[in-house]
Amino acid sequence: MKADPIGVATGNHYIDGDHACAEGAIAAGCRFFAGYPITPSTEVAERIAERFPKVGGLFIQMEDELASMAAIIGAAWSGSKAMTVTSGPGFSLMMENLGLATMLETPCVLVNVQRGGPSTGLPTLTGQADMMQARWGSHGDYEIIALSPNSPQECFDLTVTAFNLAETWRVPVLFMMDECVGHMTEKVVIPEAGELNVIPRKFFRGKKDSYRPFSFNGSDKTAPMIKTGDGYFIHITGLTHDERGYPVINAEAQDKNVRHLVDKIRNNEEKIRLIEEEGVEDADVIVIAYGISSRVALKAVNDARNKGLKVGTLRLITVWPFPEKRIRELASTTRAFVVPEINMGQISLEVERASRGRAKTLPVPHAGGWVHDPNDILKAIEEGAA
Amino acid sequence: MSKTTTGFTNKLEIPTPREKLHHPMDRYLRTERFPHIWCATCGIGTILTAFISGLEKSGLEQEKVAVVSGIGCSGRAAGYLRLDSFHTTHGRAIPFATGLSLGNPELKVVVISGDGDLVAIGGNHLIHAARRNIDLTIICINNFNYAMTGGQAGPTTPIEANASTAPYGCYEFPFNLPFLAESSGAVYVARWTALHIRRLAKSITEALLKPGFSFIEVICPCSTLYARRNRLGTGLDLMKFYHDNALIKHGADTREIDIRYQDQIVVGKFVDKDKPTFLQKRDKFLREKLGEKFIPYKGPQPI
Repeated sequence: MKADPIGVATGNHYIDGDHACAEGAIAAGCRFFAGYPITPSTEVAERIAERFPKVGGLFIQMEDELASMAAIIGAAWSGSKAMTVTSGPGFSLMMENLGLATMLETPCVLVNVQRGGPSTGLPTLTGQADMMQARWGSHGDYEIIALSPNSPQECFDLTVTAFNLAETWRVPVLFMMDECVGHMTEKVVIPEAGELNVIPRKFFRGKKDSYRPFSFNGSDKTAPMIKTGDGYFIHITGLTHDERGYPVINAEAQDKNVRHLVDKIRNNEEKIRLIEEEGVEDADVIVIAYGISSRVALKAVNDARNKGLKVGTLRLITVWPFPEKRIRELASTTRAFVVPEINMGQISLEVERASRGRAKTLPVPHAGGWVHDPNDILKAIEEGAA
Repeated sequence: MSKTTTGFTNKLEIPTPREKLHHPMDRYLRTERFPHIWCATCGIGTILTAFISGLEKSGLEQEKVAVVSGIGCSGRAAGYLRLDSFHTTHGRAIPFATGLSLGNPELKVVVISGDGDLVAIGGNHLIHAARRNIDLTIICINNFNYAMTGGQAGPTTPIEANASTAPYGCYEFPFNLPFLAESSGAVYVARWTALHIRRLAKSITEALLKPGFSFIEVICPCSTLYARRNRLGTGLDLMKFYHDNALIKHGADTREIDIRYQDQIVVGKFVDKDKPTFLQKRDKFLREKLGEKFIPYKGPQPI
């Protein structure tokens, strides 16, 4: 389906990633936003507050991030496309209701413009240390989708993708920006509404008493939704439930419910996967990076190639679900993976696990506050090639 | 064969009904989910009956009323009502309901939950939703303790009352809920007990028809935990206590209606005033500021 032209600011813009993300959401049909100010994500909320009244959207600034996340789930069940935006400390608070959104299979988008942590950490400076929290932050077992853009243009494009993935898989999608990408200003081209692919919500249109809010088949066929107020009298609960949404407290029901939440993403990893590969086929070393680090790594890759080393790059756009199969394939053909990331080693652990000892994994950790020195990445590439 | 006082014979004779028996409130209930989880003599079922009566009298379309609950004994109310009903996370019923209500302004969204859920863990959401005058009706079932988890002390436990986490008696000052709701901005505030079923139902009708944030506290017997631990007798004894100690005082100053341990309970309708709701205020304000550029939110859109 095409985007609604009213929300598409077609043209060439010179804006930062935060603003581009806001425009992506509006273009994707998001008309409900609840949020709480926090650096370095606030500009997303500010742009939405300014734009929404002119495109028929509803913006509300909530009392905290707990409430923001709860409100977008409520809005999603009213039938709206909804989003919230935050950073580190707020992301921690949102984990509670992220679990609810996962359990209720609620399509919505949660943007995290990452800063340095733990705790208040570095409010104004960059980090990528919430990647494991994105995967495991709420209690219990579930799978999630997380995207990582590396430019303001992608902040626009992939926010649209994030909404599309949320609707396709009935899952909250985490949009894992970092402060550098959020505050970096570049050219952003917003196409005509007719050129944007926007996936509308799948609404049930059958008999009222035959509706089931869930379909536990673990496949890509998630149950369609309804709009609250349409007379379906749905019941949904954060308790373990059956396909009617009714609570069932036993191990069998838990198995069906949780297995579905996990399988619908895990079994479809290749359909969801967005990665960018360059020169990996005959590479001795492959640099795996995401977000701003993928751009810093390019300098190191160029330098290494100038020195005659065979280096490839793999950029994770979907970080979760993790492209485990692809990494394993590449582990058979390359000597080493170099993983620069602005944390003390998170995704590098996944790379190491996925490669099953077939290739070395060389993490290039950085505690945050700034991007890597490309020379540190170059050193790791040289070590891997040796 | 001897006759009992009720006139039936002792022999077990179950009359066969000509048609399937049904309760007049069945159309509002998920009877397939019965039996419910509440203890014998718990007041929540009675309060639910009052809710359904109040809802019927309001004339609101069943389809357009949604119920949101948090976690706890009262939090299970959503699960038994045949309305669009949501059982959410602990303390977050009000912000969830805020999103639902603003997301589809045609709905009347009701939050039925307990004192611990709404006032302790969810206290911040309660005061802010009241401040914004979100169009919600809150039914706060106050049983003076956390019953689902075994009778711990909470924000409403009176001083001196025993609870599992206050084994020598509670020494914290409790909240006075109607005062809290009124001072936060609620446009309708009432308090009843589970005994005042007719008056409670009337209040519920009024609250449902009142645009904006309405708040009804309902004092509820918890014989399994609160009463047992404090040796206050059965649920029936608590109802007798409410009968003897509740004082109806409409328009009472909410500052003066604290609940003390086994003392008088002032009930009634305390606040009923008019104020634009969040959406009414927003739309009027933005139309003034933006003129023709303003496009009001019209509920869920096709995309």
